[in-house]
Amino acid sequence: MKPVEIKKDIYWVGVVDWDLRYFHGPSYTTHRGTTYNSYLILDDQVTLVDTVYAPFAGELLERIKKVVDPARIENIVVNHIETDHSGALPEVMKAAPGARIYCTAKAREGLIKHYGGAEWDYRVVKTGQELSTGRRTLSFIEAPMLHWPDSMFTYIREEALLLPNDAFGQHLATSGRFDDQVDNFILMEEAAKYYANILYPLSGLVAKKLKEVEGLNIPIEMIAPSHGVIWRTDPGQIIEAYRRWSGGEWKEKALVVYDTMWGSTETMARYITEGLSAGGVETRLYKLSASDHSDIYKELLETRLLVVGSSTIHRQFISTLSPFLDGLIGLKPLNRLGAAFGAYGWSRGAVKGIEERLAAAGIQLAQESLEILWVPDGKERERCFQWGLALAGLVKEAKA
Amino acid sequence: MDKWECQVCGYIYDPEEGDPEGNIAPGTPFEELPDDWVCPLCGVGKEDFKKL
Repeated sequence: MKPVEIKKDIYWVGVVDWDLRYFHGPSYTTHRGTTYNSYLILDDQVTLVDTVYAPFAGELLERIKKVVDPARIENIVVNHIETDHSGALPEVMKAAPGARIYCTAKAREGLIKHYGGAEWDYRVVKTGQELSTGRRTLSFIEAPMLHWPDSMFTYIREEALLLPNDAFGQHLATSGRFDDQVDNFILMEEAAKYYANILYPLSGLVAKKLKEVEGLNIPIEMIAPSHGVIWRTDPGQIIEAYRRWSGGEWKEKALVVYDTMWGSTETMARYITEGLSAGGVETRLYKLSASDHSDIYKELLETRLLVVGSSTIHRQFISTLSPFLDGLIGLKPLNRLGAAFGAYGWSRGAVKGIEERLAAAGIQLAQESLEILWVPDGKERERCFQWGLALAGLVKEAKA
Repeated sequence: MDKWECQVCGYIYDPEEGDPEGNIAPGTPFEELPDDWVCPLCGVGKEDFKKL
């Protein structure tokens, strides 16, 4: 792929990773691959903003060479030290040994720990500091914990271009580099999955940072993140979505997430789903052994109610629930309601375990849990339906 | 009462507010936080905080 000029003399020189299916180790499935975006600014001083994941260093350098000799790079901005963006830095430094590295104090510490590189020429920057490359001014905005302590954004005033690194990103490999070259539903779905799996627990900070950037009164015509496509058509679309997600807004929807041994808890789940649906709440059913928890978190981002169920085995819930519930505790979703259910034989335990984990995730239990002995008979199936219907009422009530 | 800043992520512990999520009541000075208290934002311990 050729470098893509995103603004006059500013080039995308990143790489498209079509094959990536897991991100952050096994924690996040990337069904549609990803990109690592690196941007090259031609000016009196040539500047590279962020690099790519180490295995793609050669491809990055080849792409840069199509625009300029890498030896001419004088400034490298490291917005974020995570290895998918800084991994190629040692190779770039070999190609441009005199380059100055602009980054936060935390990033400098982190880069040295990752790569050695104590001898590199660091220029530690803080919010408000600027770098003039000739015709352009790069302003730096520190963004600690968005999403690591070292994170920062770079803004190019003359182009009204924001380079926020991981913020506003999506794991989405595409042939075109821009938002208008991809289906908008897919784009927003991947943006939501990204937010849910990476930024959800930092929502308070996201909301604060959005206000801060708004307060700067800087025009933003284009947002070029470090993953996925560039927002050029309507950057407001993703800013507005971040405002909604970070504010914990929700729709009248429910998720029923469960696993089952011999089908009793599954029967319960289906009747509960019917009850919710009859109550006017759009509901999705996920059997955990057939589902991917990072997809469910994406659904939860706009869903009011999370209903979790399991059979009791060895006085616990089925272990397929564990990665989902443990991850949920880390994500701390805002303003969500929860409920627990399950079938058991002689001893109980699954429902209590689910209740504890929902509470640890900050999810408020909407109503008393539902437990059924052995197999739900006709009357008990009706109870499941009514239990779901009552939950639908609580979802509706909260909205009003 | 002094405010303390997390040196890792920049979170500021304000004793007037406490840390409701971590079950720390408003009015609790930093020095009286339990030893196993962690930064509510990034999860590091008290030793990574500096007095402002």
